[in-house]
Amino acid sequence: MSTLGFCDLSIAYDGVIAVNGFNDILNSGEWLCLIGPNGAGKSSVLRAAAGLVEYSGSVAIDQQEIPTTSAKWRAQNIAYVPQTPLMPSDMTVYEYVLLGRNPYIKHFASESMHDKQVIEKVLMRLDLTEFKKRMVGTLSGGERQRIVIARALAQEAPVLLLDEPTAALDIGHQQQALELVDSLRREQGLTVVSAMHDLTLAGLYADRLVLMHQGSCVASGDAQTVLRSETLAEFYGVSARVHHEADGTVVVIPQRASSN
Amino acid sequence: MLRANDRFAPRAGTRVAYLSLVSFALLIVAVLVGTMIGPAGPQWWRVPIELVNRLPLITVDSGVSDTDWNIVWQIRMPRVVLAVLVGAMLSVAGASYQGVFRNPLVDPYLLGVAAGAGLGATLVFALRRSATENWLIDPLPLAAFAGGLVAVFATYMIGNSFSKVRSGATLVLAGIAVTSLTTAIQTFVLQRNNDVVRQVYSWILGRLSSATWGDVRLILPYVVFSCIVLLMHRRLLDVLRVGDDEATALGVNIRRVRLTVVLAATLGTAAAVAVSGLIGFVGIIVPHTVRLIVGSSYRRVLPLSILCGAIFLVLADIPSRVLADPAETPIGVVTAFFGAPFFLLLLRVRKNQA
Repeated sequence: MSTLGFCDLSIAYDGVIAVNGFNDILNSGEWLCLIGPNGAGKSSVLRAAAGLVEYSGSVAIDQQEIPTTSAKWRAQNIAYVPQTPLMPSDMTVYEYVLLGRNPYIKHFASESMHDKQVIEKVLMRLDLTEFKKRMVGTLSGGERQRIVIARALAQEAPVLLLDEPTAALDIGHQQQALELVDSLRREQGLTVVSAMHDLTLAGLYADRLVLMHQGSCVASGDAQTVLRSETLAEFYGVSARVHHEADGTVVVIPQRASSN
Repeated sequence: MLRANDRFAPRAGTRVAYLSLVSFALLIVAVLVGTMIGPAGPQWWRVPIELVNRLPLITVDSGVSDTDWNIVWQIRMPRVVLAVLVGAMLSVAGASYQGVFRNPLVDPYLLGVAAGAGLGATLVFALRRSATENWLIDPLPLAAFAGGLVAVFATYMIGNSFSKVRSGATLVLAGIAVTSLTTAIQTFVLQRNNDVVRQVYSWILGRLSSATWGDVRLILPYVVFSCIVLLMHRRLLDVLRVGDDEATALGVNIRRVRLTVVLAATLGTAAAVAVSGLIGFVGIIVPHTVRLIVGSSYRRVLPLSILCGAIFLVLADIPSRVLADPAETPIGVVTAFFGAPFFLLLLRVRKNQA
């Protein structure tokens, strides 16, 4: 139940600018999807919010700027799911999800009863209770994605960042994962920022799309406004048709060059 | 591998408590056996009786003469206790290094401790060891300790100055560079002092034979301190298993944890190396054996590594004194000779289980 604001966010890697003056404010419970070609700065924005890269400008939750010094405070407020999480194959699902409680555990202490109750609740909600004792290495891609989301939920953070949450999944599991995120954010009022490549899916699930190009926001709005064939041609260099369904769904269909 | 872990996972908690008890009992047995066996001294079966006799308020006639008791108490006992401390230290340091660098092949000598300590010891030998024999305090362990710490400090400074990224890789590379440089200096010094090559070589191969209660007192505080600090980090080492980025996103201050763990493990290792020389293989073999039995969670691996490392080194020390009786076989040779095939056997067993 929190707003998330980016103010003049800039990131440079060894002098090369990756993000240049990014501004945006997300309402509480809003799902914002960052789109844009490779290298546009989508992941960098997410990584800055998660505290993984140095940045100038500010990231604020409920108008309170995130202090760069407190990793725990940040982790209590922002949960981050990377594109390819590193998952130790011989950890049990329970142990893995329990890592999400780290921001609430004192440096040298161990988990409290409350932490364990939170985990039980999260596992139950995601239908993972029967997986509890399974080794992470024995899970399928779809199941892995679910336990990563479970670990993020265990952080009980109001803001959820997803970097390419569907990249490694088949079309059925893509839908399942996004449906799960969508129902979770409706239940718990999560504010969600995701970076995605599949424009049709992005338009389908997000409240708002932000198109990034060379580190800046070049278009922002709903799918109808942002996903236009001229815009896509300009920033992706793609030749695509944009088809509008009767229910408002926007479908992006790439065209073969020879058929032009 | 997975099947083995699946089988163990459900009752991991009770299983670990059970294994710790068993390991502790084994350690007591190993220490007893260690004090009973050796060239000279009383008949082996008299030793436990005499130990009981020495307890307050109990008198049993064991038929052990005062000279024999001195052999047990002043020669064998410090040696066994030192093996407990050094074995525990090297294994828990190995497990911690492997966790903090997320690299299963890393050992306690990684950051240049061994090479630095070796150089320190070499310098003492080269500057006429005989001249120091009447000194009140033996400078050899102190020089080795100082050499080890200086080398690790250099590694840390170099590793950090080249990398703004939170990465363990640069630190490991810096360790390799410092090790090469230190070894080169050591070789140079040895070239110019041919007469001490044999002494230095025997020091490097590791020995517990000359252990005294003084050695035990010298390293005890470092080992205890280091073990406590490392054990306190066992949960955080589990969080680090998901990688630097994700651990940071989960609120872990990676730099601080890595620095504390590395410093604690190195301090303990340097102290151990200072009195025992270089005893290889312990820091790799013991933690991996423990992992094969209880899985990879550091909450189980660290405490069990302490116990199993102690058992391993006490047992390895027994053949080292009887194999070539009356001469000593360097314990580093024994650990490698028995440790390497044992490790291969374990890997094989694990492969068959999977």
